[in-house]
Amino acid sequence: MCGIVGLLLKKPEWDARLGELLVPMLRGMTERGPDSAGLAVFTSAESPALKVSLFQLEGTSDWGAFMRGLQAALPGEHALHESGRHAVLTTRAAADAIRRHITAAAPGVVLLSQGHRIELYKDIGAPGVIAERYGFAGFSGSHAVGHTRMATESAVTPDRAHPFTAGEDFCLVHNGSLSNPYLVRRKLEPLGIHFDTDNDTEAACRFLEWRMREGDGIEAAIERGFTELDGFFTFLIGTKNGLSLVRDPFACKPAIVAETDDYVAVSSEFRSLAHLPGVSGAKLFEPQPRTIYHWERA
Amino acid sequence: MSGTLKEFDLSRDEGVRTLNGWLHGQASTEAAPPVRVVNPDGAHNIAVGADAPFNIDVIGHAGYYVGGMNKLARITVHGNAGTGAAENMMSGEVRIKGFASNGAGASAHGGLLVIEGDASLRCGISLKGGDIVVGGSVGSFSAFMAQAGRLVICGDAGEALGDSLYEAVIYVKGKVASLGADARFEEMTPADIDALSGLLQRAGLTHDPRAFRKVASARSLYHWNADANQEY
Repeated sequence: MCGIVGLLLKKPEWDARLGELLVPMLRGMTERGPDSAGLAVFTSAESPALKVSLFQLEGTSDWGAFMRGLQAALPGEHALHESGRHAVLTTRAAADAIRRHITAAAPGVVLLSQGHRIELYKDIGAPGVIAERYGFAGFSGSHAVGHTRMATESAVTPDRAHPFTAGEDFCLVHNGSLSNPYLVRRKLEPLGIHFDTDNDTEAACRFLEWRMREGDGIEAAIERGFTELDGFFTFLIGTKNGLSLVRDPFACKPAIVAETDDYVAVSSEFRSLAHLPGVSGAKLFEPQPRTIYHWERA
Repeated sequence: MSGTLKEFDLSRDEGVRTLNGWLHGQASTEAAPPVRVVNPDGAHNIAVGADAPFNIDVIGHAGYYVGGMNKLARITVHGNAGTGAAENMMSGEVRIKGFASNGAGASAHGGLLVIEGDASLRCGISLKGGDIVVGGSVGSFSAFMAQAGRLVICGDAGEALGDSLYEAVIYVKGKVASLGADARFEEMTPADIDALSGLLQRAGLTHDPRAFRKVASARSLYHWNADANQEY
């Protein structure tokens, strides 16, 4: 099992309510995923500087030493917004330079996401506890992708929780399991694509992002995924501009969509949508197997 | 059935446990009042294991296994249903006014499941004698390995309809994306028209039974054929 949730707000005046609407969705999927949870938020405004979400996998939440090390290695403008073991770094440095610095000099710090809109939080524990810990309810933005995990394919650690990311402003959550993640990985690694974990979902995430970087649109990338990714999946993908949803041809893994004039909400089950304003009048449907759904703010 | 309405608000108390505990605790069925379930909000296992002729109305959307293992009760969901609606039903009637997710009526031994909207994949999988009437369309792999009972589809059917069918019979009005292994179209007999008319009437649907086609087992999988080389 696992629970996936996503919310795209159609009107900017709703953006301040993103977290408040999303937290009950995440909590509603606790039974499907009690061991870890995560949330990727796409902020309303695009930051001119690069935003990098970080997590201290080992050690304390002392970000002071990290920042002193970063400033010494890469002198320049860096700002850090701390939230316990999580932090969002805003920087003028290049993403590759940040990644190299972390690998070389900041063991235990994990780079969770990078981009100009995405901010990402994930941790182990009950979804409600994690939401409380990092103040998810106060987040604002245009859209968000969340996940509650019941681990099957790799260990329960914060870095193996979802969402996974690749490239910039791209994330993916997964309900299901892939049977050929190592095959995919062996195809991508010789192309210089680095993997952070042994999780099957990371392979799908990196595969699809690689296809898009090679020029495929989201639909073409997913189409290619149907032949290259073997297994069960409902994937929910967050990009800079919106959400994409797809279920494998056997559609064993559930999904339901509620759409109103104000939002598109996606969840594994209706019980995560029941609290949403106006849901009784929403267009409710289950996504068809092997069909790609995509929503963007108009 | 008599008495005043018994209402369960699933947003309060112990929710589904209170409802199902009450249903299972009713020793005498003579005096059971009509039951109304409000704020279901997609909760799982609503009215599972009923064993008496209750009249249960669920006002809203139900989660997984609503009406599962039902015996004798008449359960109406005034909304959609999640995975496994009326799975393993023994008798009675479960009616879904909206759509039903995967595996509706799975392994039902008896009773009638009516889905007024669409049913998703694997509707009536391993059906064992129950009847299912779907007002809309069904997803792929419906009636997979269905052993007995009838599946009526007033809309279209997805891929592999009736794959590895035993003695269950399918009546389908719309398009069939593909038949599964060993499933074949057969002539509608007067007995089929009669049976289908009765099912449509019980479901409260007004379709002309002569507009339906029948799908049944070719029975070529009943005996192992080594020469077939696993190609069916």
